[in-house]
Amino acid sequence: MEKTISGQNLSFSEDGYMTDFSAWTEDIAKELAKEENIELTDKHMEVLKFLRKKHEAGDSLSIRSVGKSGIVDIKGLYQLFPGGPLKISSKLAGIPKPTSCV
Amino acid sequence: MSDNNKLKKVSIICSKGNLEDVYAALVMANGAVMEGMEAKLFFTFFGLDAITKKRMKKLHTATVGNPAMRMPGGLPFPTLLGTIPGVEAGVSAMMRKQMDDLDIPPVVEFLEMITAGGGEIFACKLAMDMFKLKKEDLWDDVSAVLTVGEFYEMSGGENSQIIFA
Repeated sequence: MEKTISGQNLSFSEDGYMTDFSAWTEDIAKELAKEENIELTDKHMEVLKFLRKKHEAGDSLSIRSVGKSGIVDIKGLYQLFPGGPLKISSKLAGIPKPTSCV
Repeated sequence: MSDNNKLKKVSIICSKGNLEDVYAALVMANGAVMEGMEAKLFFTFFGLDAITKKRMKKLHTATVGNPAMRMPGGLPFPTLLGTIPGVEAGVSAMMRKQMDDLDIPPVVEFLEMITAGGGEIFACKLAMDMFKLKKEDLWDDVSAVLTVGEFYEMSGGENSQIIFA
């Protein structure tokens, strides 16, 4: 699946996750967020960058690790990304669909 | 799957108090909340241990009568070994350590994660009466003590399921 976002031609998985990690920019995140009806704040962006850093380091992602990051607690994470704290944030962070069960 | 067929709500019953059965219920409830579903977690009989202040931090896994039990390395775990004092505690500690390595939180933290996402925790009235437990013996964020009728009442709705873990 291909989409043009902020002037860039990007490829996505069937579930709507970006397939090219390095193509991500903050502007792309903002555009993707609109599709999820989320207005991205600095706090959102901090979470996205944290997820990208963890993903790049090869760590498995969980809402628990975000909760321990010092950026936001788990309740806050649910408020930032309603209906899918890890799935939606991963989508906006330009990383693959999370595979963790916690 | 069309949005109309999507599961929207799960009511999960946990009736056993050993580590693995409690975690099965916790993982399923947390997973539901993370998917944006409504989740209600109902503890009854020995499952109440998971939300009883005095016991929730000390759940064990059975080393006797558990045919799937293995030694580290995969050899069968001799039942008699499981009867030696301290072995069950050791095995349980090892299970907890392995779960921690996978980023699976301890029971209290797990319950906090579920309620942080909007999930709700309930206790069974009949089992509470049997074990002579009072509401104040339970974890503070238990929403209510319910009869079975009340449980069914709140488990209804479109695209909802009751799961016995």
